[in-house]
Amino acid sequence: MTDQPAKTTVQDGLAFERPLSDLQQKIAELRKLNAGSHLELAGEIELLEERLRRQTAEVYAHLSPWERVNVARHAERPLTSDYVQLMLDDFVELHGDRVFGEDRAILTGLATMAGRRFLLVGHRKGKTVKDRLACNFGCAHPEGYRKAMQKMRLAEKWKLPIVTFINTPGAYPGIGAEERGQASAIARNILEMFDLKVPVVCIVIGEGGSGGALGIGVGDRVGMLENSYYSVISPEGCAAILWKSGDKAPEAADALKLTSKDLLRLGLVDKVIEEPLGGAHRDPKGAVERVKAQIGTWLGELAELPVERLLEQRYQKFRRMGTPNGL
Amino acid sequence: MAWTRFGKKKDMPGGLWIKCESCGAMLFRKEFEQKHRVCGTCGYHFTLPARDRIALTADPGTFEEMWKDLTARDVLEFNDRVPYAEKLVSTKAKTGESDAMVTGTAQVKGIPCALGVMNFQFLGGSMGMVVGEKIALLCEMATERKLPVVLFACSGGARMHEGAVSLMQMAKTCGALQRLHQAGVASISVMTHPTTGGVTASFASVCDMLIAEPGALIGFAGPRVIATTIKKELPKGFQRSEFLLEKGQIDRIVARSAMRDELARLLAYATGRDAVAAFKPVPVAAELEAVAVPAVEPPAEKPRKKAKVRKAEEA
Ligand SMILES: [Zn+2]
Repeated sequence: MTDQPAKTTVQDGLAFERPLSDLQQKIAELRKLNAGSHLELAGEIELLEERLRRQTAEVYAHLSPWERVNVARHAERPLTSDYVQLMLDDFVELHGDRVFGEDRAILTGLATMAGRRFLLVGHRKGKTVKDRLACNFGCAHPEGYRKAMQKMRLAEKWKLPIVTFINTPGAYPGIGAEERGQASAIARNILEMFDLKVPVVCIVIGEGGSGGALGIGVGDRVGMLENSYYSVISPEGCAAILWKSGDKAPEAADALKLTSKDLLRLGLVDKVIEEPLGGAHRDPKGAVERVKAQIGTWLGELAELPVERLLEQRYQKFRRMGTPNGL
Repeated sequence: MAWTRFGKKKDMPGGLWIKCESCGAMLFRKEFEQKHRVCGTCGYHFTLPARDRIALTADPGTFEEMWKDLTARDVLEFNDRVPYAEKLVSTKAKTGESDAMVTGTAQVKGIPCALGVMNFQFLGGSMGMVVGEKIALLCEMATERKLPVVLFACSGGARMHEGAVSLMQMAKTCGALQRLHQAGVASISVMTHPTTGGVTASFASVCDMLIAEPGALIGFAGPRVIATTIKKELPKGFQRSEFLLEKGQIDRIVARSAMRDELARLLAYATGRDAVAAFKPVPVAAELEAVAVPAVEPPAEKPRKKAKVRKAEEA
């Protein structure tokens, strides 16, 4: 065998979607035909739909970690902005870190959801090409992390719980970011999130890219959408360093154990939020509903806890992650 | 986040001479070791193994190691061509250390402190569960005993072989430091060449005081990643200690030869105690000169002569 197939896999991590979309297209065509000429195709359509359901369930039950990474990055997967649109009854965006500037890669604002008020903090990737560029594809600068903390301190003062949406390939690696202390901004956020005297709920909705994700990721409850990933390094980065070849990203994705089920098994997240059949991009509304329900449940539970217990539990939760031999 | 390999195998153990990673000068090993692995020609500070660092920092006979036998569990069953479990065994045998961090209590010029030192020789000083756990244990102990904490960082970042478990050590260490801060106990971070990725983006950056050795590479993303991302050449001295000081990111640059005195001096302020041995403050002029020195070039780039840092060394 040549190395051709491996290359195709890396470049097209969504190849498994093709038979499903072919089938979907066929159904759509038949529907059109049926409506136009009153042919009796209803039976056939029903059969195909059933086949599509079964095939989708089958394919999605057996996705490789690398394929899940590609689902997490899918262009039609709901982003933080979609959750704002579909989940909230009110949203007041708040800008700026009050020191350097406004980083559009992190969205912050006051939110109301089914009668609950909270501060929403989320990575923003952008929908259009222009938006994506303005948001640096969800890669925040130090001012983004500082903005997040400035607003989280406000939420603490106003006694509002905090909900964060994690969806970033990683913090931005650039000259300005380093000059302004990217590492220290992230570290400061991680440290201060342990001190926030209000409940904090974090949901990984897509990409949980390393320190850039953790910079808004210390919470009392951490959930992951089924097809999201959370990793110490991108599969591509890991492959380049350990396998000396970016083409080995699928192998690296496998080795890193970065899927939601892995994170749950490792005790690093509290819950996997199941996605609608065939992934959140097939049914954004359905996905948002499930996330909304989970946030409601958790905020309800956490509101009952006295602050000291809340902070003690938050500390112990992360304190227990990764216990060496010999203790 | 993750560690990469810095300046590996430039100095072969056992040889009589070694080549400076920065200026290319051939250094007589004995003299080089006497100068605590600082180049006599250009002042470049090589990475210092943890045990040597402790010997250089703690008062003789005062270091008491704690949690020595903690070892990593291969929870991911990670395998990149060599299984992680095997890599751990061979690295332990090669280095004689159980992981990339040595922790314990010590005295620096008579002032008791909790001391944690990273060991670059162990898988690039990468932070996994053992490093994270030892820092957390050290901070918890120090919080209880009101002991100031001194942490020497030297690491390429998080340990990929432990996946997201290593990522969460960033949270674990920051959480423990937060409690230390809350208890009003002092902490000093010394960043040495190299300190990057998840170590810089966690405990190393959130101590009360941030010190760096001259010319150390300190940053979040590695220079190669940044250069690839922005498709531009990086400015001279980028991500070096002197650059960070200029950008307001660190408190002080301290040469290795002056480190013990300097730590004692700071710990005296932090604890209200007096250092027992009289210390010689570095003359102000020499200190300014040390700060003004252009950054030492990264090892990968063309070898070039650098001067000046040496003066600070001798001061
Ligand atoms: Zn030299």
